[in-house]
Amino acid sequence: MTRALDLRTVVGIALLVALILLPIYVEATGSRFLLTLFTRIVILAIAAVSLNLILGYGGMMSFGHAAYLGIGGYAVGILSFEGVSSGFVQWPVALVVSALFALVIGALSLRTRGVYFIMITLAFAQMTYYIVAGLARYGGDDGLTLQKRSQFVAPVNLSNKIQFYYICLALLCASLYLVWRIVNSRFGLAVQGARSNDTRMRAIGFPTYRYKLICFVIAGTLCGLAGALIANHTDFVSPAMMYWTRSGDLIIMVVLGGMGSLFGPLFGTVALLVLEEALSGITEYWQIILGPLLLLIVLFARGGIDGLLGKVRHG
Amino acid sequence: MADLLRVENLAKRFGGIIATDDLTLDIVDGELHAIIGPNGAGKTTLIAQLSGQYWPDSGRIYFAGNDITAVPMYARSALGLARTFQITSLFLDLSVLDNVALAVQAHAGHSFHFWRDARREPELRDPARAALARVGLEGRASLPASALSHGEHRQLELAMALASRPRMLLLDEPMAGLGPEESTRMVAMLRELKKELTILLVEHDMEAVFALADRITVLVYGRVIASGTPDDIRNNAQVRDAYLGEQEASRG
Repeated sequence: MTRALDLRTVVGIALLVALILLPIYVEATGSRFLLTLFTRIVILAIAAVSLNLILGYGGMMSFGHAAYLGIGGYAVGILSFEGVSSGFVQWPVALVVSALFALVIGALSLRTRGVYFIMITLAFAQMTYYIVAGLARYGGDDGLTLQKRSQFVAPVNLSNKIQFYYICLALLCASLYLVWRIVNSRFGLAVQGARSNDTRMRAIGFPTYRYKLICFVIAGTLCGLAGALIANHTDFVSPAMMYWTRSGDLIIMVVLGGMGSLFGPLFGTVALLVLEEALSGITEYWQIILGPLLLLIVLFARGGIDGLLGKVRHG
Repeated sequence: MADLLRVENLAKRFGGIIATDDLTLDIVDGELHAIIGPNGAGKTTLIAQLSGQYWPDSGRIYFAGNDITAVPMYARSALGLARTFQITSLFLDLSVLDNVALAVQAHAGHSFHFWRDARREPELRDPARAALARVGLEGRASLPASALSHGEHRQLELAMALASRPRMLLLDEPMAGLGPEESTRMVAMLRELKKELTILLVEHDMEAVFALADRITVLVYGRVIASGTPDDIRNNAQVRDAYLGEQEASRG
């Protein structure tokens, strides 16, 4: 960390500043749609940041990360349905359940490597999807509409769209700061060492399994928070939010933005969702354009968008 | 003279191949003990079992008087048994200094510290810099490990082993692939290290082995065929037949 400010950090901070200023633009133009889109982007960026912690820094190719979006979302949805609308209950429950779920999935899947790890995380996420789809009391396949958003004490009011946007943005900044602290800490270096060479880490005296598991749980918990936010954003939860293609979307965001870089997942999320929006305005078959674009990025810019902004930083 | 490492009746098979066959070995505290043998004699498999990477099928391993047969790899390292790898095994995408600092960190208590910047902790960085200086890599500290030459990788391996402040080093072919000049430097470095540490050296470079070793054990098909001082080994007819060959023996 010799250079405190390199291009990628400047661009990352500039993007955050633009996000902070967005509601002013929205007020001026009256484009409510833009606010809705960017609230969604900010929330999914939190999920991507959490996935980057295990995928980018930890080398753990989880293909079931959307499960935590669903679990966090359903924690809010189910509690709301049962008459518990306080956010002070809903959100901690969303975090704790996500953490416990990550602990179980991680404890089992981290005993395997490579393709098996991918398949086990995918299998767990799909299992959760089918279980939730089978909960007839909570709408089953059709999902569950929230009667009202999570209640906090005044003046916090999630139904105020601008306020809700800022709460999501503040949580995104907090997530980025958290990940930044973690990856530069002893714990973070241990996890990155395990990504780089697990056998060697164990040979020099690290019980890597524990560190990877805790990292997996932190990422799952953070994604659970994004799930609670998504539920409040759409006033609706459904099994579709944890379907395996959603996990794939999160991976694309991280890879597109740049794995193992702090702002990469933010770049990736903004780029993917804005592209999706822009291209779908041009043609119904927007995926035909998006697909080759992603392919080009993966083939010619290994570090993703972040990699285009500067050389890969070592140490 | 006490044994620091004691191996009793160790055995390991991979399917039909016997890699270690009823092997008994004593390493005296303070000595440099070399293990030689033809390819496939089970030298690396032995190191792997001593470091805890493989579990033996039977037999026992004692380190400093404690039975460590069932102790996992990371915990053996904590007891003071450090290993280098035959095939360079580093954190290639981390910096040279990070590589060594991780080895220091491994022995600085648990790593469940989530907040403080580990790259600014003198208690990790200073010993790491000192270990790099000992192997002559202090000028390369901030480069990514992938940017070093093969010879420098071997030096980095050694720095990492030293940074864990071990009582005993398990060195798996530290000269492998080194040029003549680099080999000379490595031999000089090992000569310095053997003053402070007990070393088990697996090596093909006979010149280095006979220059450094206090005792030599010869393995063939996972079995000890001879063990003794370099002179004993040089004059052992069985060893000559099985391994050294007439050329080596006449030269020595």
